[in-house]
Amino acid sequence: MTSTIPDELRYSKEHEWVRLDGDTATIGITHFAQEQLGDVVFVELPEKGASVRQFSSFGVVESVKAASDVYAPLSGEVVERNVKVIESPELVNSAPYADGWLLKVRVADKGELNTLLSATDYRAHIGESGGSGGD
Amino acid sequence: MSQRNPYSPHTDADRAAMLAAIGAASVDELLGVIPVHARRPRLGAPAGLAELDLFAELSRIASQDRPAGSGPFFLGAGVYRRYIPAAVPLLAARGEFLTAYTPYQPEVSQGTLQAIWEYQSLVADLLAMDVSNASLYDGSTAVAEAALLAVRATGRHRVVVSHDVHPHHRAILRTYSRGPDIEIVEVPDTKALIAAAPGSAGLITANPSFFGTLVDMRAVSEAAHAAGALAIASIEPVSCALLEPPGACGIDVAVGDGQPLGIPMTFGGPYVGIMATTSVLVRQMPGRIVGATQDSNGTRGFVNTLQTREQHIRREKATSNICTNEAVYAIHAAVYLALLGPHGLRSVAARSVAQAHALAARLAAFPGCRVTNDGDFFSEFTLATPLHATELRDALLADDITAGYPLGHDFPERKNELLIACTELTTDDDITALVEGIRARVGAGAPAGASR
Amino acid sequence: MTKRFPESGATTAEPALEPLLTELARSVRGNGHVAASDGASRIPARFARTVPLGLPELAEQQVVRHFTHLAQLNYSVDTGFYPLGSCTMKYNPKINDRVAGLPGFADMHPLQPDADTQGALRLIYELERLLGGITGFPAISLQPAAGAHAEFTAILMFKAYHAARGDTKRRRVIVPDSAHGTNPSSAAMCGFEVTTVRSDARGNVDLAALEDTLGDDVVGMMLTNPNTLGLFEERLEEVIAAVHRHGGLMYGDGANMNALLGIARPGDLGFDVIHLNLHKTFSTPHGAGGPGAGPVCANDKLAPFLPVPFVVRDGDTYRLSEDRPQSVGRVRAFHGNYGVLVRAYTYIRNLGEEGLRACGEDAILAANYLLSRLRGAYDLAYDRPCMHEFVLTAAAQKKAGASALDIAKALIDEGFHPPTVYFPLIVPEALMIEPTETEPKETLDAFADALVRIADRVKTDPAAVHDAPRNAPLRRLDEVAAARRPRLHWRA
Repeated sequence: MTSTIPDELRYSKEHEWVRLDGDTATIGITHFAQEQLGDVVFVELPEKGASVRQFSSFGVVESVKAASDVYAPLSGEVVERNVKVIESPELVNSAPYADGWLLKVRVADKGELNTLLSATDYRAHIGESGGSGGD
Repeated sequence: MSQRNPYSPHTDADRAAMLAAIGAASVDELLGVIPVHARRPRLGAPAGLAELDLFAELSRIASQDRPAGSGPFFLGAGVYRRYIPAAVPLLAARGEFLTAYTPYQPEVSQGTLQAIWEYQSLVADLLAMDVSNASLYDGSTAVAEAALLAVRATGRHRVVVSHDVHPHHRAILRTYSRGPDIEIVEVPDTKALIAAAPGSAGLITANPSFFGTLVDMRAVSEAAHAAGALAIASIEPVSCALLEPPGACGIDVAVGDGQPLGIPMTFGGPYVGIMATTSVLVRQMPGRIVGATQDSNGTRGFVNTLQTREQHIRREKATSNICTNEAVYAIHAAVYLALLGPHGLRSVAARSVAQAHALAARLAAFPGCRVTNDGDFFSEFTLATPLHATELRDALLADDITAGYPLGHDFPERKNELLIACTELTTDDDITALVEGIRARVGAGAPAGASR
Repeated sequence: MTKRFPESGATTAEPALEPLLTELARSVRGNGHVAASDGASRIPARFARTVPLGLPELAEQQVVRHFTHLAQLNYSVDTGFYPLGSCTMKYNPKINDRVAGLPGFADMHPLQPDADTQGALRLIYELERLLGGITGFPAISLQPAAGAHAEFTAILMFKAYHAARGDTKRRRVIVPDSAHGTNPSSAAMCGFEVTTVRSDARGNVDLAALEDTLGDDVVGMMLTNPNTLGLFEERLEEVIAAVHRHGGLMYGDGANMNALLGIARPGDLGFDVIHLNLHKTFSTPHGAGGPGAGPVCANDKLAPFLPVPFVVRDGDTYRLSEDRPQSVGRVRAFHGNYGVLVRAYTYIRNLGEEGLRACGEDAILAANYLLSRLRGAYDLAYDRPCMHEFVLTAAAQKKAGASALDIAKALIDEGFHPPTVYFPLIVPEALMIEPTETEPKETLDAFADALVRIADRVKTDPAAVHDAPRNAPLRRLDEVAAARRPRLHWRA
């Protein structure tokens, strides 16, 4: 189970993960979230240059029977969106932490990282809120 | 207990056995939760009628109407008396279509799903658009949904509509605009529509216009796109057989009423609301959409798809609240288009145009009469006479002629004008009857030669 | 992999139940439906169609066989038992269709002068009064085309009512968590926010939770009663009083009105406005998804805001009037789904006062009987007497390896249309069953036996249930592929 919540990432309560690399944060949804959602059929993401705000919705991930807003774990400017995931939404299911990433964002305030959950915290969070992901 | 509901299959013994299984002495025992003061009210409905008496009673009510087919008929204005091939209702209103509901279980609903998918395909071909939905209520609400779509897609709030669009459709736009934060601006013509493009979410035109006039949809779509707005056109589907269709004129959202496609007029409905759009906008579309797929054996099949747009999933964030649509009339339209094919549909449209132009030419020859369309017209035209149009219409009813729609109700400055429609059902004798009827009322001289 | 269809000569590129019209099409066909004319020459070149008109060409017999084959792939009320909860799939008497086809109704143009449409107008006028008596409301508009359209109309009326009193601060519409998706969606279309209020342990609106959320910013509440669990709100009058106390208005979603026919009138229970689904309660055919009709019924307070036009009676004549200055306006062109109105009127005159009441009674009887037959085999979401429908939960079966969806598909193999599944959202693995009053006891028994058999099979061989259906025209369909790569047109 630990591999489904990588230790090196930070997490939001809404089931997004973030990996910070210098000023650039890579954002996706967690293994838990994709599992709750089921087969992902559609991903909608903002264009490069758009700004996202921490804990505000920036896009949508849909399965056949559910549409889930995705929330930005950090504020910043979109430097890249994953075009491959728009063409092949199943990547969100098969590789949520790798090819299934959603956005790369130039982070405005690294301090926001402290408001996110560690892997341990997130593990506890989904233990508590079992089925809350994905609708 | 006597059989009070003629369609109840239960015997007294059945009812007793069911109550015994429930453990209740009577149905009343199951109603304890209903406030006593409100229980078992009088409804004030008359006693029921047996089928024979019922049919006689309803026939009596229907006989107080004058059906369109009882005399020469030139009323159109958005609803058209067209020939409905015999096979259309016999196929589309089969019990297996008519008494099914929304195809929630695709394994036992392939008839509905393939028929609707073919409707979508036929409509998209006719309109030269990428995709059609499975139907909206009617042409009027389709216009309103298109306006809401434009607001969603552009993030702007002002929608501009020209007077070429049916007055009822504009009224519905006004009603719908009382809900969300949108502003409807009504302008008299295409020129004003184009001028109002900057800053708008969408421009709505109609082709042919409410008056039957051919409208330059390309000019509207170019202006809309230059302003970052959507171009919306309300079309009459039969006319698309001869006219450049909306998809070839840059229109982003084409809407219309499918009534002319094999659906009886029935005093205003039910019809079928057409909506078709581009691939780019498909996820903004309201209503159901059927898609093709395969079953687990690899056999082709059809399902409702892209459902996350809809109210049962997205609830308050849905593209529309529509649930029940007009599926069985979409199937009527599909059967109609399949039966007629391209040649049949062109011949229906051409005949309508030919009759309208022949009629207009003869009427325009009378003193004080002229065709007032602002350009070329299709199968419907506006005629100004020296007489008040409502009075002229009422006078012609005495000859059993339904002459058209007086414009004064919606356009007070045009109270001497009549909107006159022809279809493929308009005969040469019908035309002669109207020509002679109007000749008599406008005081024109006797015909120069024979009746033609 | 292709399939050949000997009766049509068509082949399909992939195995299929029935070819597409395009796969059946012939390249040439002579006949037109109308004599040739020179009409096309009247179209100026700059308006004439230049893109191909790509409709298929078919002979009439091909079209007849095609749509006959398609019809035979459908399950319908005319085919068998269709206990789709909240949809009231009762028998649709055929006389209603014959009456709607009379030239005095079917061949009427909606803009004919009133003098020529006296019968058509009279029917509207009388249907309004009949529905008023059935529901307990003084004023009705027959214009909305369906239930959701009526909800939108009614919430617009709420908005206009508050605005007319200068009360513009109200922004929220309250909707229970058991509500149909159309309720929050309709409220949103009216520009309002939606506040969801939870249900209590007995399946009622949680009154305390409701009290907590009420305030002077509440437009009103939308409530289905009986609710989507098939239960009559036990504290209905307290719920309505609470909403009214805060200046809110009470909307009744009439989806489940079949339970109340002759049993109770929403107008007597304190609702301000309700809608009816004529295609449910008054037995007009559901048409594979529509048309319906959604009359809006209002009390005196809300009547001035109903749509226009409406029918007025002067002595023995009827006319259309738009004299309702506070109206929200038109919601649909012309007079609504008139053909549906004719069928509903015919049905009401057919059944009469006692027949209508018998519908309500027998609908409740049938549901409670079926519930008594199934109580041992499945868990009940809320175990108390139901009205016209009830909701089972297959949560226990799901643990054993077969979901509500699996059970639904297994019912197909047993020869039945499945109930509504996964709704209401508050019940896990929901199976929502509405038998209606027109099914014989033998059919109810056969259906109960089948569901019990399936429950037993779940215990012994859940994989077999998961594999259903095997005896339907198709096996389960790949909805994921359909949504990922949409094929919405035969060119795609």
